[in-house]
Amino acid sequence: MSTSIQRYTERERMNHWVIAILFFLAGLSGLAFFHPSMYWLTNLFGGGAWTRILHPFLGVLMFMSFFGLMTKLWHHNKITDADKKWLAAVSENLTGHEEGLQDVGRYNGGQKVLFWVTVVCTFLLLVTGVMFWQPWFADSFPIGLRRIAAPLHALSAAVLILGTIVHIYAAIWIKGSIRAMSRGTVSAAWARKHHPAWYREMTRNS
Amino acid sequence: MGLQTLDLKQRSATTTPSPQAKSNVTEVAKLIDVSKCIGCKACQVACSEWNDLKEEIGFNHGTYDNPRDLTENSWTVMRFSEVEMKEGEEARLEWLIRKDGCMHCADPGCLKACPAPGAIVQYANGIVDFNQESCIGCGNCITGCPFNVPRISQKDSKAYKCSLCSDRVSVGLEPACVKTCPTGAISFGSKEDMTDLAEERVVDLVERGYKTAGLYDPKGVGGTHVMYVLKHADQPMLYAGLPADPSVAFSVELWKGGLKPLALLGMGAAMLGGLLHYLKVGPNDADAEEKEKEAS
Repeated sequence: MSTSIQRYTERERMNHWVIAILFFLAGLSGLAFFHPSMYWLTNLFGGGAWTRILHPFLGVLMFMSFFGLMTKLWHHNKITDADKKWLAAVSENLTGHEEGLQDVGRYNGGQKVLFWVTVVCTFLLLVTGVMFWQPWFADSFPIGLRRIAAPLHALSAAVLILGTIVHIYAAIWIKGSIRAMSRGTVSAAWARKHHPAWYREMTRNS
Repeated sequence: MGLQTLDLKQRSATTTPSPQAKSNVTEVAKLIDVSKCIGCKACQVACSEWNDLKEEIGFNHGTYDNPRDLTENSWTVMRFSEVEMKEGEEARLEWLIRKDGCMHCADPGCLKACPAPGAIVQYANGIVDFNQESCIGCGNCITGCPFNVPRISQKDSKAYKCSLCSDRVSVGLEPACVKTCPTGAISFGSKEDMTDLAEERVVDLVERGYKTAGLYDPKGVGGTHVMYVLKHADQPMLYAGLPADPSVAFSVELWKGGLKPLALLGMGAAMLGGLLHYLKVGPNDADAEEKEKEAS
């Protein structure tokens, strides 16, 4: 009974992993400046000055690749009543007692919230980052704005990293999820348990 | 490469104590008596001479300010302000000339904001110095500075500013600008002595009719190691926008203060939380559950 259901196209998977690599590179180079205890991470990028030079380019590339996947997944992430139910019953859902609680579609409430948090953080990171990008753009912005932009950049990064930790853990915890992003498919049992409404939609015509 | 003869009070992006055995050092200060300044710019020349700086030949912008602003090659600039001071019915024109440059704050915003360990140091004598070889060119010092002083070179992407001639001071000499000033408008010595000198001068000025004369040593940045005697100390803004009550921006304090360790703690807690969750709840495995059901 191990029928497979297609969840992500080849293009979406490629896009996801490009974002993931760039997230790690931009994230590690950014964390190097986040706190003195992380400054040793500059060694991974060829020293402090090189890390400062590379970080914004990695960030812009991450934004661009993220933008591609975001536009594809945007319409799947509108918050519905089922999502509100999921979020109301978050502790049951996070302890594995999810069955019968809500009729989850392609994404559950938690995934959708994470999607929007990621969207907001990524846009904030781009906009605030450009404002203090030396040596090209920083001087075009008033100092008062840069004093807000720099802390906001750090805050958005921290939230995005926290969100990504949750994202990665969810993929580890919910067995059978990683193959959705590696081979593109999930098992019918996985879809029935975690995304029943999406399962019915996908199997309606077969 | 800090000056080995001077010990440190603070070091940028460093969470452990700085070397401070040689801390029995007098705090120094430079006192600029604006009321004695004639705007000759000899201090600018002395600064570039001593520090081997050469400013590019610029353009006349229709003001006496030359160069027009601080740059990586001009660590001090005379700023000329023409102001009309009301005196009863009459208005009197005054030409206020302020030697601008690093104020060497006791609580330096540049050092606080800098992410590169040791790129900005504060010596035990109070001088705040940039070590360009550790500078990464990020511009955070500019974000942190309440006086708009640091400048990043377009050529090497390093930040520069007045060093208060830390190299001269460390061997018992006064800064180059002090040495050269022809009117004695700039003095250098211990912070205590300079404060006393300023007080005497203020009494003098008040006697001569400048009722609002006073010392500029702003408390918002913990006091400074470059101080001004101003004839109009109640309105520092008259002097080419000298801030009345400077302090490191609240957002910068927040950014470099509690937020970051808290965020790091949060990230660590999230990872640990994931591990504990997995150990407690176990994997959520739909396929295995289905198989079990079939078997039973």
